[in-house]
Amino acid sequence: MSHAVEITNVVRCFGSVRALAGISLAVEEGEFFGLLGPNGAGKTTLISVLAGLTRADSGTARVLGHDVIADYRKARRALGVVPQELVFDPFFSVRETLEIQSGYFGIRNNGAWIDEILHHLDLTAKADANMRSLSGGMKRRVLVGQALVHKPPVIVLDEPTAGVDVELRQNLWAFIRKLNRDGHTIILTTHYLEEAEALCGRIAMLKAGRVVALDTTKNLLARVAGLTVRLVADRVPVAWQARVQSRDAHVFVLGLDRYADLESLLAALRIDGIAIDELALQETDLEQVFLRIMGAAPPPVAGAAS
Amino acid sequence: MIRVAGAGWLTLLYKELLRFWKVAFQTILAPVITSLLYLLIFSHVLESRVSVFGGQIGYTAFLVPGLVMMSVLQNAFANTSSSVIQSKINGSLIFMLLPPLSPADFFVAYVLGAMARGLVVGFGVFVVTLFFVPTPIAMPHPFWALAFALLGSAILGTLGLVGGIWAEKFDQLAAFQNFLITPLTFLSGVFYSIHSLPPFWQRLSHLNPFFYMIDGFRYGFFGLSDVPPALSLGIVAGSAFLLALVTLALLRRGWKLRP
Repeated sequence: MSHAVEITNVVRCFGSVRALAGISLAVEEGEFFGLLGPNGAGKTTLISVLAGLTRADSGTARVLGHDVIADYRKARRALGVVPQELVFDPFFSVRETLEIQSGYFGIRNNGAWIDEILHHLDLTAKADANMRSLSGGMKRRVLVGQALVHKPPVIVLDEPTAGVDVELRQNLWAFIRKLNRDGHTIILTTHYLEEAEALCGRIAMLKAGRVVALDTTKNLLARVAGLTVRLVADRVPVAWQARVQSRDAHVFVLGLDRYADLESLLAALRIDGIAIDELALQETDLEQVFLRIMGAAPPPVAGAAS
Repeated sequence: MIRVAGAGWLTLLYKELLRFWKVAFQTILAPVITSLLYLLIFSHVLESRVSVFGGQIGYTAFLVPGLVMMSVLQNAFANTSSSVIQSKINGSLIFMLLPPLSPADFFVAYVLGAMARGLVVGFGVFVVTLFFVPTPIAMPHPFWALAFALLGSAILGTLGLVGGIWAEKFDQLAAFQNFLITPLTFLSGVFYSIHSLPPFWQRLSHLNPFFYMIDGFRYGFFGLSDVPPALSLGIVAGSAFLLALVTLALLRRGWKLRP
């Protein structure tokens, strides 16, 4: 069985900058896959290679087994891309935009599906409005609609919720989740780590054009064990100093394995006679994993562990 | 889910037609009025002073096919070049790059769109200027005229496509237009017969491919031309063919579009 997306040793340089320094990863059919990384990590370049918008210097990219260069017609028909930039053609209305996009894929009489898209994206009332007259959030939703006109099995969303307000973001995710349940493979890049945590089953983290982590969201969260405690005090008991993850004057961040450890920490503080000015507990979230992986820069992980 | 692609290029052509039709005031009416102004001013000043083809036809009548063809050429160029640069600058070009449109689809749709705009404007100029020509134009070889109009608009539509893809800013495109397209059109015999030029400039005019487009087109109107129309047709058709080959090769390489 072919992968939904298969990227093998893709290298892409812009001048002396290696935007993609040999990326390999595979996404299975039906996955909700996250692509995370700081600005300049190569996420958008990787998506551009996948969509045939830019060419890799070496390596291959396939969508449902179709090479994006040699078999570009099939590859592009299988792929729907929501670009990051808020772009639109000011000559047309929302419905015209979606009809024309259908036509580029060779689909005529797509009205029923276009109506459904408009409904799910809450754009029915704006169907005949000119693109210029729409708000930023609406234009963003039209972009999502354009990516869906040909019912692509694989959908790539490049930071789709930037500039979309909270309520609409929830609606958008409900729709994307429904598409995922209906069998569409979803690949998402986002800066909102809580979004990736809530939605993605598996995540690849990119840094400087390399995959630095590739695992299930669950396993990634498990990497940063248990809990963290934010403690404001004069000092930390000697036995606990190894657990200090960071320190800023009197603010200490300590890592705990389980809630039971809190008991021993409090006991140690009492024995040393250390007064607690403030204490807060935090569960691990993806942001901590992200910051740790990005900060620590572990040796690059190559290859697809799927 | 995946449907067999019909002709995606037809939609791209439809989009190109809709684009200029929606702003017809600017894309069709304005150039027609400009050409009419040229006709009124030049014919008023020059009708009694300039003799063309040994006095066989009046200057105003001579001017009509020149202006028609110039409008065809300029508007064909304007259509592709402005369409491509606009969609590059506002980013909507991506909507045409993501679908499974082949380089040939892209080429055919854009060039046919440009030909349509050129021919519509040219026809408009022809109809309007007829009212101002003192003597009726018999037009002995309309199909020759049509052949040159089709080939000429295809060439300029293709040049516009290349120019639009090459330019990254509007001023680069303006340079392409002002320093290449406009001089070649104006120096091609729109306003004069090259036989009225000194020998050196006559020879130089023969190197301008636009000269053959206008001269051949004018043959369709009067049965008179500076060079044999079959020669012009050969040169123009050959240029169109070569230019199409080069452009298709550039599109296949993804030149500037898929870096």
